[in-house]
Amino acid sequence: MYNYTDFDAAFIQERNAQFRSQVERRIDGSLTEDEFKPLRLMNGLYLQLHAYMLRVAIPYGTLNSRQMHKLADIADRWDKGYGHFTTRQNIQYNWPELRDVPDMLDALAEVQMHAIQTSGNTIRNVTADHFAGASADGIADPRPVAELIRQWSTDHPEFQFLPRKFKVAVTGSSTDRAVTKAHDIGLRMVERDGEAGFEVIVGGGLGRTPMIGKVLREFLPREDLLPYLESIVSVYNVLGRRDNKYKARIKITVHENGLEDIRARVEERFALVRPLFTGVDQQMLAAIESDFAAPKFREKSLATFESAYTNDPVFRSWADTNVSDHRAPGYAIVSISLKAHGATPGDATSEQMREMAELARAYGHDELRISHEQNVILPHVHKSDLPAIHARLKAAGLGTANIGLISDIIACPGMDYCALATARSIPIAQEIATRFDELKLEHDVGPLKIKISGCINACGHHHVGHIGILGLDRAGVENYQITLGGDGSEDASIGERAGPGFSAEEIIPAIERLVLAYLDLRSEPAETFLETYRRLGLAPFKAALYPETQANAA
Amino acid sequence: MARAFTPKVVTANDLLKGDVIYQTADGWTRNLALAEVLTDEADADLRMIDASQQTDRVVGVYLADVDASGGTPKPTHFREDFRATGPSNYAHGKQEAQAHV
Ligand code: HEM
Ligand code: SF4
Repeated sequence: MYNYTDFDAAFIQERNAQFRSQVERRIDGSLTEDEFKPLRLMNGLYLQLHAYMLRVAIPYGTLNSRQMHKLADIADRWDKGYGHFTTRQNIQYNWPELRDVPDMLDALAEVQMHAIQTSGNTIRNVTADHFAGASADGIADPRPVAELIRQWSTDHPEFQFLPRKFKVAVTGSSTDRAVTKAHDIGLRMVERDGEAGFEVIVGGGLGRTPMIGKVLREFLPREDLLPYLESIVSVYNVLGRRDNKYKARIKITVHENGLEDIRARVEERFALVRPLFTGVDQQMLAAIESDFAAPKFREKSLATFESAYTNDPVFRSWADTNVSDHRAPGYAIVSISLKAHGATPGDATSEQMREMAELARAYGHDELRISHEQNVILPHVHKSDLPAIHARLKAAGLGTANIGLISDIIACPGMDYCALATARSIPIAQEIATRFDELKLEHDVGPLKIKISGCINACGHHHVGHIGILGLDRAGVENYQITLGGDGSEDASIGERAGPGFSAEEIIPAIERLVLAYLDLRSEPAETFLETYRRLGLAPFKAALYPETQANAA
Repeated sequence: MARAFTPKVVTANDLLKGDVIYQTADGWTRNLALAEVLTDEADADLRMIDASQQTDRVVGVYLADVDASGGTPKPTHFREDFRATGPSNYAHGKQEAQAHV
């Protein structure tokens, strides 16, 4: 895993000292809120509905056990004993007090973490496939590249005041688990004629104008990455609209100017920028890569695994649902669900964080990942250790076997915390999960992604949910709009609006009707919800959602 | 045509704690029931100016509608209801403090 250099450590220390004095000057009245707000946002500090919120970056979602322990300690000491893992591989603390935040940042720095560029119109925390370097389907580990981008973009003088926030995601696998097509820039590591490079996707995004990213360059040689990224961002920096914040993201720049025009401008800029990169970046990358060397995989008997798998149905169900194929023989990837039925999606208590850290230390080569689906991953586990891991997860309330199923819901904080929200999202997620647990249907229903946002900003990815739910305020009442057929994978698509919204009371029965209709409509149990939807289109699902309208029309 | 002025309270977040506070005749309270209800528009404007100047104490001052018909002010919109209570997934925020009374 990447280790801070002396330069990194000194930089963070200085930033933290600056912020400490800014907080002091805010408290003693020498800074007004208007002056202070951009400064606190640059350091990940928001003011939400009930309290401040500190957003901490977990670069490309990778943590070691010491870092996870520190996150737990911070939750206990300065928050309410828990943290919220988000779709952007960050952790959010919902209850810090202003005076304590500098101490929290210093505590983070002790384990090489920070909250810089988790907000503001900068290049944000670079996200990556949470199975990076572990999955059987990966061609390369995207994290060294993500780290290189992080170093290049952090405090980049030209890119501190972009027209709007800028999000980059990287994957090293043909299976897209990083939603690259919904990012300002998505990078897919590819190979051509034995040469390593990237497919560069630009102009994806969600929010009020959702767009699927477009391919700007089919093959970019690996060593051209930073100059090419620099060219894209600098074209956007000049061309991106600053007159209207709703039109400021690069997706609109691409949409308004056309992909061809953007491509020509980027290539023109690239011709100027490329010679300025003398290869130092590639030396840095080589050094970073050695930090990400794969662990030494062990060879061990699989007997304990096989016997538990045969004899313990609870273990078997969990292993079938939460364990994925690893590239090393005898190894597996464990997804720990932070979606116990009825719990808040993405929340973990400090005790749970510590237990996950200890499991990583004992069985997982000291590595943890945070997924954009708000779960925690142990990426390198020998199968013989799975029964022991499962037993400890179960005891910690972390044994839910629901990865990829209907109760593995993404939900943004919504109006329970967020000042921008138009409705709540968490209780809707809790109720759907509880209801389908009661029905004992979720394993029968199979892969189904529900994603919920509490406003049009779409932090909960509802546009790319197989079932998306968007909470709105309709004349002072919470109202929930359903979209269908969205997909955040390599076949990304934006969901279609199903029709009029539902009240908070109606939305759970509506989802139930929808899912029961799917069970009737699917051609065979192996046909997933999304496949059925793609085969049949909106009409039969609409009929299930709005039975009265059907009856009236008849 | 000027719309009739509906009852309001001045509300904000506390600078240090970040939690929701309401203006009273002589300061601030964390309890909506104790807030000063404003029924006159000119008066409300003055109270807003007063509150907005207290930048070393409060953040994000605005006027929120209330229903004062029962004697104590109550939220008219669900957002203000959550602000006055706390999140619905945990008994944190104001509801927690109230439970400890
Ligand atoms: C203080 C709370 C938050 C605020 C104020 C906030 C604000 C916003 C805004 C304004 C947008 C729309 C940007 C645009 O369309 O240009 C947005 C998008 C987004 N946010 Fe948040 N957000 C918050 C919390 C979160 C959380 C908790 C997550 C992760 C669970 C998250 C992840 C995202 C994602 C994935 C998008 C859509 C992707 C895109 O940028 O197009 N946000 N957010
Ligand atoms: S989608 Fe809206 S409600 Fe949800 S976190 Fe984002 S800004 Fe807040």
